[in-house]
Amino acid sequence: MNAEVSHEIVLNVNGEVKRFSAPARRLLSDALRGDLGLTGTHVGCEHGVCGCCTVLIDNQPVRSCLTFAIAAQDRKIRTVEGLADADGELHPVQAAFKECHALQCGFCTPGFLMTATALLEQRPNPDEEEITEALAGNLCRCTGYQNIRSAIGHAIELMQSDI
Amino acid sequence: MIPAAFDYKRAGSSEEAVALIAEYGDEAKFLAGGHSLLPMMKLRLAVPTVLVDIGRVGDLSYIDDRDDHIAIGALATHRSLETSELLITECPILAHVASKVGDPQVRHRGTIGGSLAHSDPASDLPAAVLALGGSLMAQGPNGEREVQVSDFFTGYFESALSDDEMLTEIRMPKAPGDSWNYQKFNRRAQDWAIVGVAAVQVQGTTQVSLVNMGSTPLRAAAVEAALAGGASAVEAAEQAAEGTDAPTDLNASPEYRAHLARVLTRRALEAAGIS
Ligand SMILES: Cc1cc2nc3c(=O)[nH]c(=O)nc-3n(C[C@H](O)[C@H](O)[C@H](O)COP(=O)(O)OP(=O)(O)OC[C@H]3O[C@@H](n4cnc5c(N)ncnc54)[C@H](O)[C@@H]3O)c2cc1C
Ligand code: FES
Ligand code: FES
Repeated sequence: MNAEVSHEIVLNVNGEVKRFSAPARRLLSDALRGDLGLTGTHVGCEHGVCGCCTVLIDNQPVRSCLTFAIAAQDRKIRTVEGLADADGELHPVQAAFKECHALQCGFCTPGFLMTATALLEQRPNPDEEEITEALAGNLCRCTGYQNIRSAIGHAIELMQSDI
Repeated sequence: MIPAAFDYKRAGSSEEAVALIAEYGDEAKFLAGGHSLLPMMKLRLAVPTVLVDIGRVGDLSYIDDRDDHIAIGALATHRSLETSELLITECPILAHVASKVGDPQVRHRGTIGGSLAHSDPASDLPAAVLALGGSLMAQGPNGEREVQVSDFFTGYFESALSDDEMLTEIRMPKAPGDSWNYQKFNRRAQDWAIVGVAAVQVQGTTQVSLVNMGSTPLRAAAVEAALAGGASAVEAAEQAAEGTDAPTDLNASPEYRAHLARVLTRRALEAAGIS
């Protein structure tokens, strides 16, 4: 095979336009972490099972380990780095995870934060079943999920008291 | 896990996609949502040298009412099926089955066309489409052709599509009302079915299909015949494993799968109000 072709890839990440060159096989997860230094997005299984690589593309949670960076051009990508304010104030979902002890090792947390953020943007008042369903694609080995669910309940309160 | 190197071409239309595939030959593959293809490429089970990205062929994500049937563009995502008011009203089983595929992240990327073209006997949508009947439109270098759903699934991960053909549209009969049910038996939320059963009444006839009971999704012909002959749901469901060839894997033996097929068929028929 000939030398691998590099492509100029332009991604819109957290509202900023980022350019880098990479081969077509560069996964979005590796592009975010390796090419753009955004290591908040974690990579666990790399097979689409654990959900810790979840980012938002056009506001929908997707697995960045099963998406080629080149195929995500012209889309709006959001990662965990984009959640807190510029001055460092935590997003209500982050604040709620912190207050409710919804993490132990924290490896799964970026994925859960993105999934939960998208859920509450689409459904500010999800019922129990909708929360369970929304989280079905994210695995956590530590918490047993109960505190993650409580955190989502608390995030709803925080978001409503924000208004 | 990094897939092997490939060349990337983005198609703006189905015509362009088919032309690109024709140009690069049988080493080229379509890339839709990538949620079957990328896992296979990571494991080197698929090593395409060219990917033709059809993910941006935006005009193929429609779900349209065509009076006597519903037409679905091949690039409609599982999520768009799940939330389509038209499907929920006119073909609720398809919206429901789409909502049972994997988890939300998978449904945001995976497409109905990719799922059917992939032809995994353990997948949900192929079996739902097989239960409903209808037809599929394929576009190739020599134009478009219509394939009956009953002729589409030809073998283990094989369909009636040739390598240079793109699936463009899925045409499903309307099946409104409550006479349908889908039973998916699995152990974890995001898993494929160990066995699944779709039952739906289409214009007065009960049609039943099975997930993961052979090398393709299967119509439960013996169950359908028994029902047509006046058997009760309980009696008909006893025939559910007739003519199947269930696989064996970590989850289940063929015998256990046959048992599941009978139990799930009875549950599906009863829940659909077919007795
Ligand atoms: C974690 C996980 C869990 C999953 N769980 C389930 C589950 O429970 N049930 C289930 O049914 N599925 C499940 N899936 C599979 C998922 O539904 C896939 O999205 C789907 O099978 C393939 O659709 P795609 O658009 O991603 O296709 P791709 O992966 O892009 O393509 C799949 C194959 O079809 C070909 N292809 C794609 N589109 C076309 C077209 N229009 N014409 C011709 N060929 C085409 C490609 O070349 C490729 O060979 C799961 C996937 C993952 C990663
Ligand atoms: S790293 Fe993507 S799902 Fe596990
Ligand atoms: S906090 Fe450790 S995996 Fe979730």
